Amino acid sequence: MSMIAPTIGTNEEAYLSQVERVKRKSRLKSFFKGMLFLLPSIILFSVFVFYPMFQTIYLSFFLTNAQGATTVFVGWENYKALFVDPIFLKSVKNTFLFVFLTVPPTVIISFALAVIANEKLKGIGFFRTIFSSTMGVSVAAASVFWLYLFHPTMGLLNKILEAFGAGGIEWLTDPKWALLAVSMTTIWMNIGFTFLILLGGMQSIDSSLYESADIEGSGYFYKLRRITIPMLSPTFFFVITVSIIHSFQTFGQIDILTKGGPANETNLIVYSIYREAFVNYQFGSASAQAVVLFILILLMTALQFKLGERKVHYQ
Amino acid sequence: MSQIDLINIAKSYDKQKDVLNGIDLSIEEGEFFVLVGPSGSGKSTLLRMIAGLEEISGGVLKINGQTVNHLPPKDRNLSMVFQNYALYPHLSVKENILFGLKGRKVEKQEQMRRLHDAVEMLGLQDLLKRKPRELSGGQRQRVALGRAVVSHAPLCLMDEPLSNLDAKLRANMRVEIRRLQKKLGLTMVYVTHDQVEAMTMGDRIMVLNDGKIQQIGKPITLYNEPENLFVASFIGSPKINLGSAVFSENAKHLIIEDELHIPVDPAVFHHIPKDRKLTVGIRAEHLEPCLAKKENMYKLEAVNVEQLGNETLIAFEVGSELWTAKWPGQWQIEFGQKVLVQMKPENLLFFDADSGELIKSAELETSQGAVTV
Amino acid sequence: MLSTGKKLIFYVLLIISALLLAGPALMAIVMSFMTNQDILTGSLPTTFTFDNYIAAFERLPFLHFLFNSLIVSMLITLGQLTLSALAAYAFVFLEFKGRDFLFFLFIATMMVPFEASVIPNFHTIRNLGWIDSYAGLTVPFFATTFGTFLLRQNFKQIPKELREASLIAGMGDFRFFLSVVLPVSRTSLVTLGIYGFLTSWNMYLWPLLASTNETVRTIQIGLKQLQTQEQLNQWGVMMAGAVIVIIPTLLLLFLGQKKLQKGLTEGAVK
Repeated sequence: MSMIAPTIGTNEEAYLSQVERVKRKSRLKSFFKGMLFLLPSIILFSVFVFYPMFQTIYLSFFLTNAQGATTVFVGWENYKALFVDPIFLKSVKNTFLFVFLTVPPTVIISFALAVIANEKLKGIGFFRTIFSSTMGVSVAAASVFWLYLFHPTMGLLNKILEAFGAGGIEWLTDPKWALLAVSMTTIWMNIGFTFLILLGGMQSIDSSLYESADIEGSGYFYKLRRITIPMLSPTFFFVITVSIIHSFQTFGQIDILTKGGPANETNLIVYSIYREAFVNYQFGSASAQAVVLFILILLMTALQFKLGERKVHYQ
Repeated sequence: MSQIDLINIAKSYDKQKDVLNGIDLSIEEGEFFVLVGPSGSGKSTLLRMIAGLEEISGGVLKINGQTVNHLPPKDRNLSMVFQNYALYPHLSVKENILFGLKGRKVEKQEQMRRLHDAVEMLGLQDLLKRKPRELSGGQRQRVALGRAVVSHAPLCLMDEPLSNLDAKLRANMRVEIRRLQKKLGLTMVYVTHDQVEAMTMGDRIMVLNDGKIQQIGKPITLYNEPENLFVASFIGSPKINLGSAVFSENAKHLIIEDELHIPVDPAVFHHIPKDRKLTVGIRAEHLEPCLAKKENMYKLEAVNVEQLGNETLIAFEVGSELWTAKWPGQWQIEFGQKVLVQMKPENLLFFDADSGELIKSAELETSQGAVTV
Repeated sequence: MLSTGKKLIFYVLLIISALLLAGPALMAIVMSFMTNQDILTGSLPTTFTFDNYIAAFERLPFLHFLFNSLIVSMLITLGQLTLSALAAYAFVFLEFKGRDFLFFLFIATMMVPFEASVIPNFHTIRNLGWIDSYAGLTVPFFATTFGTFLLRQNFKQIPKELREASLIAGMGDFRFFLSVVLPVSRTSLVTLGIYGFLTSWNMYLWPLLASTNETVRTIQIGLKQLQTQEQLNQWGVMMAGAVIVIIPTLLLLFLGQKKLQKGLTEGAVK
């Protein structure tokens, strides 16, 4: 067969070099086409994510005027000042405490809700909707609800306490309770989203796993421990990471419920940045705080991935 | 009109191992050409290179004498039917069929005329408003064909179009595609891994393995005169029976699998080198039931029997190999029974055991000519 | 199959949890229809009144704030859908040099919390003259990695043969994007749309910074304004305001809960 087929002549060789040129041109074309599709996102990311990140680092080495323009280069002074500033250190400590107070309860409660909402019962859709509903409640509205619930004289919580004969609590003004109160609000708000993700994860577990366990006669909690939780580990990993990052970014409920008080007990890091920048107009120092926040979140995600990778079971 | 020439075509990814190498091939106008090979042989890649969906790493591709290496798929004037049919799930059957024509800005009236013809040809009249997910596999297949028909492209490429259908439907569609191709005078390049499909549909077949051409030829040539062991065992069902063979020291006997001793008939064996390791093959229909003649008889033990009604498949153990015989009609044979089998030496195929190349094919009995009236 | 006894246990658990979770919102709805008298004395509602709602709309231009929130949320949703669909298309269907690097760049943006970069962003918006404008409230949120990933995940499930068939039919990328990719994946577009609308409707920090007067102020900031103005413990009015704020998002959530759950899980875990 190959003897019959025509061989490549000089003509074709010239043509092939031309083909190479066409190929190069089409590669260039597809590069521009790709960029065209990505350009809107790239521009906006550059302007509103990458540039601000570098600008924040840059600003953190300066003093600024009220307009935010740099005035004096101070090197590491802003950072040095931060790490001896008791208020900032407290806000970092509070932030970690806040993460610890909100993330585990949110995940545990949401998981429990997802477990009972994953049963095939009549009307289960209604309960699922209710459980996920706090996702639709804005931080401002949620704060208003809880502002009333925490009210020292009229609030529902204290009325319940009184009904049981316990004394009322100054939820939002007592330094012992304020952070806890803010945490309760936050847990309530975050349950909706966390529940929805966990339920979704549960529903994507292959039902034949449960069926074969049923045939082997495994009990309810055995299945929960040996099938549901291990199979759900990637989802857990995701919700925990997201919840931690979310908690680090908490702002709205602080602004409405406590304004960082009492005695800076609820002054979390984002609120601290906000106050330093937009109330005190100390943009340099606020930027230094933002850099610290950025590094903290980076570390948390890195740590999460490092720890998570080993324990998480991926399908 | 459409004729395809492939000259020394090669394909490699990332400058690494060649997926395809030295493919020289001419496909005639109006021919039904089948590319067949096991999965991973490179047959789909070759088809996609003809279509322009895959870059050609080396060599020249000509359609109608024009080199088209650089042309995008749309400028090659061809249609293609995919294994999963590639129907747009959000469009109705009608919209799916007309999809390409709208893209090419074909005049509205012309669109309707072609749609009408295609729908008539394929019996899709009642399905025009349906969405692909509301169709059966066979109906989807027809819609995909419809798309190729309305394009009026002289060259049609098909990539395993029947592999998602059940066996019965597949047999129907084979006939239908073949008829369509002849009726429209299409040049067809058809990829399949199924040798039955290749044998029944192709005017010519190319067997591909490991990126290299094994053989190109008419189906019957591939069956009767396979150029190497790969083609011999790939083409034909049941598979050809193979066994290693050597000549006895005095060259009086050919010993197959240390078990069958075949007396050497000089008329048959005079071209066969006596000093080499050989592999011999024999088709299942040439392990014949022993009726009258008492020559070339061997006693073999039946290890499995499959009754197909019109014929019977009997498996024998021959050394380390399992050979299959195909006998017309119904035969009552027990498992383990010793059966007399007739094996004529002129029906043997001889291959070089090391290179796998054919040394001598079976001597054909005069083929039965068609009874013309 | 659950036995009746087990079913009962589940229903009791479900109902208790539902009451606890929905409690604050239910309470707010009830209070928003109560007279101040009833609220202050802590009695159960004796009369049903719309006064709180009327008061809320009178005290502040709530209707205007609602309109602003609607515009802002819709603009952000549209922007996010457009930009992430385009980007996801490039990541799935286009092959070009530097694509992997750009993909990495997109992932990197997830590491930068918006809260840590508000200061330069505020300055950027101010320098553009976008303070107190819809653009200032919306444009910074158009590009989203989450949305891009969610759609990318979905586009990847479109068989590549569809693209190849359209190549043979001579269809360009942009037309294929519009006439095949978008219609085929409308479910995930709706999911992303719901999510985008929900999150932008509930935004708090950025609208607080980027709006200094009532022209583009969103309902969330309006609610905060209402809350800071209330010196006299007008809880009914505040609750009415809060209920107005959450109704659109709750409705959206009730309608799209199933889609949202599926879409978010896919985007999250895979």
